[in-house]
Amino acid sequence: MANYEIHEHDILVIGAGGAGLRAAIEASAKGVSVGLVCKSLLGKAHTVMAEGGIAAALANVDSRDNWEVHFRDTMIGGKMLNNWRMAQIHAQEAPECVRELEQWGAVFDRTKEGKILQRAFGGHTYKRLCHVGDRTGLELIRTLQDKGVHQGIDVYMECTVTKILKDGDKVSGAFGYFREDGRYVLFKAKAIILATGGVGRSYLVTSNSWEYTGDGHALAYDAGADLIDMEFVQFHPTGMVWPPGVRGILVTEAVRGEGGILRNSKGERFMFKYLPEATRADYAADETEAKKWLEDTLSGRLKTEYKRPPELSTRDNVARAIYTEVKEGRGTEHGGVYLDISYQNAERVKKKLPSMYHQFKELADVDITQTPMEVGPTMHYIMGGIRVNADTAETRVPGLFAAGECSGGMHGSNRLGGNSLSDLIVFGRRAGRGAVDYTHKLGSAPQISESQITEAIEELEIPFKRQDGINPNDLVKELHTIMGTYVGIFREEKDLQTGIEKLEELKKKFKLVKANGTKVFNPGWHLCRDLKNMLISSEAIARSALSRKESRGAHSRLDYPKTDDSLGNENTSVSKDGETMKLEKTPLNKMPDDLKELFAKKEPAHA
Amino acid sequence: MREATLKVFRGTDYETGEFKTYKVPVEDGMVVLDAIHYIQKEIDPDVAVRWNCKAAKCGSCSAEVNGKPALMCKTRMDHFASDTEIQVQPLKTFPLVKDLVTNVAWNYEVNKKITPFTPAKDADWTFFQEDIERVQEFRKCIECFLCQDVCHVLRDHNRKDAFIGPRFLVRTAGLEMHPLDKANRIESLKDHGGIGFCNITKCCTEVCPEDIHITDNAIIPLKERVVDEFYDPVMMLLKKIFGKKQK
Ligand code: SF4
Ligand code: SF4
Ligand code: FES
Repeated sequence: MANYEIHEHDILVIGAGGAGLRAAIEASAKGVSVGLVCKSLLGKAHTVMAEGGIAAALANVDSRDNWEVHFRDTMIGGKMLNNWRMAQIHAQEAPECVRELEQWGAVFDRTKEGKILQRAFGGHTYKRLCHVGDRTGLELIRTLQDKGVHQGIDVYMECTVTKILKDGDKVSGAFGYFREDGRYVLFKAKAIILATGGVGRSYLVTSNSWEYTGDGHALAYDAGADLIDMEFVQFHPTGMVWPPGVRGILVTEAVRGEGGILRNSKGERFMFKYLPEATRADYAADETEAKKWLEDTLSGRLKTEYKRPPELSTRDNVARAIYTEVKEGRGTEHGGVYLDISYQNAERVKKKLPSMYHQFKELADVDITQTPMEVGPTMHYIMGGIRVNADTAETRVPGLFAAGECSGGMHGSNRLGGNSLSDLIVFGRRAGRGAVDYTHKLGSAPQISESQITEAIEELEIPFKRQDGINPNDLVKELHTIMGTYVGIFREEKDLQTGIEKLEELKKKFKLVKANGTKVFNPGWHLCRDLKNMLISSEAIARSALSRKESRGAHSRLDYPKTDDSLGNENTSVSKDGETMKLEKTPLNKMPDDLKELFAKKEPAHA
Repeated sequence: MREATLKVFRGTDYETGEFKTYKVPVEDGMVVLDAIHYIQKEIDPDVAVRWNCKAAKCGSCSAEVNGKPALMCKTRMDHFASDTEIQVQPLKTFPLVKDLVTNVAWNYEVNKKITPFTPAKDADWTFFQEDIERVQEFRKCIECFLCQDVCHVLRDHNRKDAFIGPRFLVRTAGLEMHPLDKANRIESLKDHGGIGFCNITKCCTEVCPEDIHITDNAIIPLKERVVDEFYDPVMMLLKKIFGKKQK
C-alpha cells in the first residue's frame, strides 16, 4: 500500500480562484483552521482571465441603479430559471463585497469624484461593472491572495483532489495527490467547500484553462450531490478566431461596453436584426441612436437618455447571431465576424483596453486601434452546477458546500457578463460562513474510512499498470469532437442522442487509459484522472440538453426553437445512481410576491 | 507544413537531464507553448510544463527560450528563422522539479513577509485616477517571476536569503504608493528586503512581459525613500553623479 501524508483542518477549500479564496478568508477569519487546495500555483486560477468587471449596484455612475434593478436584470438574463434567492442575495450583497475588496487593497478605476468607476455591459440596465481596465480578474485574485496569505490559511499548491471521503452520509475529508512529485495526501476535514470552476476543457474551442475539467462537478456527483441545469453552457460571443494557435482566447465584452461594433463581411451591423422582441425596446433603435449613446459615453457623461447599442444584448443572443451570420456565409475569411473599435481615438482604446491591445498585437499581429478584430463564439462558462442552498451554499450532502462556477442556480439559463466575479465573492463569503456554522454544530469529528482511501489510491495507480493502454490525450481529442459536433451551440434530438452514445463508448475506452514515466510532475498521468471528471460533466451536459425540449437562454434547440413557458418552472437535475446517471425534473423554488412585483413595474431602461 | 526543431530540457536534475530534440509542425500564429503541447499530445505525454491562460495573463508558463527568460505563450514560433533550433529550458534561478517546471515556492514565502495593505481606520475611500496610475502599473504584475529569474543578485549570487528581488520590490512599491496606505515598509525594505543589493542594471525591466518599469518607477523611488531615511550605497553614488533627483 502506498504511503500518504496527512493534514487536518476544520474546513478544506478546494479551488483557489475568487470563490475559493473568498471562502477561505471568511472561514479563517472566524477562527477555524482552513486548508486551501489548488491545482495550479496560487494566483493563477482562471479568475485572472476575467476582464470586464464585477457587477455591483453601487450607483456611483448612474444613481438610478439599485439591487432591485440588478436582481431583475439577472433574472431576465437567466430567463427566469435562476434560483431567485441566489439572485437576490447576489444583487444585495455584491456592493458590500466590492467595497470590501477595495478595503483589502484592490485599486479600481475611478470616477471624476474619486469613487469606483462603473461601465456598461451586456444585459445590465445601468452602468454597473466595477473594473480595472480590462484586467479586473487579476486584481480580484491578487487582492484576495494577499489578504489570504496574511491570515494563516494553509495553502496546498499544485495539489489535485480526486475523492471526497465520507463517514456515513457526512463529509469527513478528501484524498488526492501533489502534482509536483505524485505523493498522496489525505485531508481530514469536517466540511469541504468546492470552488473548482467550470468544465470548458470538454470543448476544443474554449477560453478555459487546463484546470477546467469539471472536478468539483464530478467530485460532488460522486459524493451524492445533484447537478442542476447542466444543459446551459455559455458560449462567449467573442473569442479570437485567428491565428489557429490562439483560437478561443477571450476578447472581453468590455470592447463592446466601450463601443465596439459588430459587422459581418458585407459590412452590415447585424446585431439590430437579432434583438429578441421582448427586450428590443431596451436597445437603440438604429445606428444614429447607438452613436449618440456612444458620444455620451465617450464624453464621460454619467447618464444618457439614449438607449444602448445592440452589441450589448445578452451573450446568448450575440453568440447565436455571430454563429448564424457565419453559417449563412457572411463570415470573415477565418470564420468569424468583425469587432471594431478602431474608429475611436487610439490612445483611449489603449488606455481602456490595454490587455486586448497587447493580446492582438502580440499574438495576431493586429493593431486594434487601426483594424477590426476577427471574433467568434468560444466555450466560456457553465451556468449549471452543483445544487446548493442559496443562503448557506450547502449541497444535499451534509458538510459539502459549493461556490462559484461549479455551483448551479445563480445564473439560470444564461449568465450576464460581470455577474461571475460578483458571484464568486458573494457566494464565496456565504460558503465560508455556511461551512463554519456547520462545523460548529457538528458534534464529534467524522471518521476516515481506510477502504475509501484504498479505492482512491487504486484509481490513481492503475493507469501505470496498463501495458498497452490508450494515451489520454487521444480520448480528449475524441471528446472534443463529440461535444463540438453533437452538443454545441445549436442542438437537436438526434445529434444529442448520437453524442450520448459516443460518450458511452468513450467511457469504455477510458477504462484503458495509461500513463508513462514516473509520478514526478507528469501531466499525462494527471490527465488520466482529470478525464474522468470531464466525462462525467460532459455526459451531464448532453443528457440534460436532450431532456430540455425547448430553447431558453444559452440552450438552443433547432427542433424546439421556442421557449416553452410550461418548462420554465423546472430544473433539470442529474445525480449518480449506481453506475448510471439519473435525470429528474425538479420544481423551481417559488418567488415571493414582493419580488415578483419588481418585474411588473419594469420601467423602460436607459443606460 | 513547415517543421520546427525544438530542443527541450528533460529531466529532474541538471546532472542527469538532457535536451531532447523534437520535430514539431508549425501553424500560423503558433507559440512555443503550443509546440510543447504538441509534444505532450503526440510524442511524450509526461513532459512537465506549467500553463493556464495561454494569453499572457497568468504568468505560469515562464521558461528560458534560446537563453532568454520569456512567457512561452507569448513567444511566437515565427520569430525564429526556420532553420534555427529553438532551445527551451527551465528558469535557472529556481530549483528544478522536472523538465520545464521549477520550484518557485520561495517567492510565496517572501510575499508573506511584506506588511499587507494598511488603510487608515477612518479612510473615506475617495481617491482619484491620477493618484493611482503608478499603483495600477505595479498591480499589473502577473507573477511570472521572469524578473526574479534574470536578476543577477538571485541568479548568479543566489542571495535569496537577503534580497526579495524585483517582483517584491514592485509589490512593496504598489503598497507604499497606495494613496490610503499608512504602513511604513522602508526600514524592512532595507533590512529584510535587501534593496541595497540592487545596482540598477535594469535587466528585470527588460524581461517584464507586462512592461512594468520596474527599476525606474518602483525600485529607484523606493531607494530614494530609503536614502531619505537611511543610507544606500548605489543611490549615494548616483546622487553624487547626477545630484538629487526631484521627487
Ligand atoms: S535592476 Fe536591480 S532588481 Fe532589477 S535585475 Fe538589476 S539588480 Fe536585479
Ligand atoms: S514584475 Fe513583471 S517580470 Fe516581474 S513577476 Fe511581475 S510581471 Fe513578471
Ligand atoms: S499560460 Fe498564462 S502567461 Fe502563459
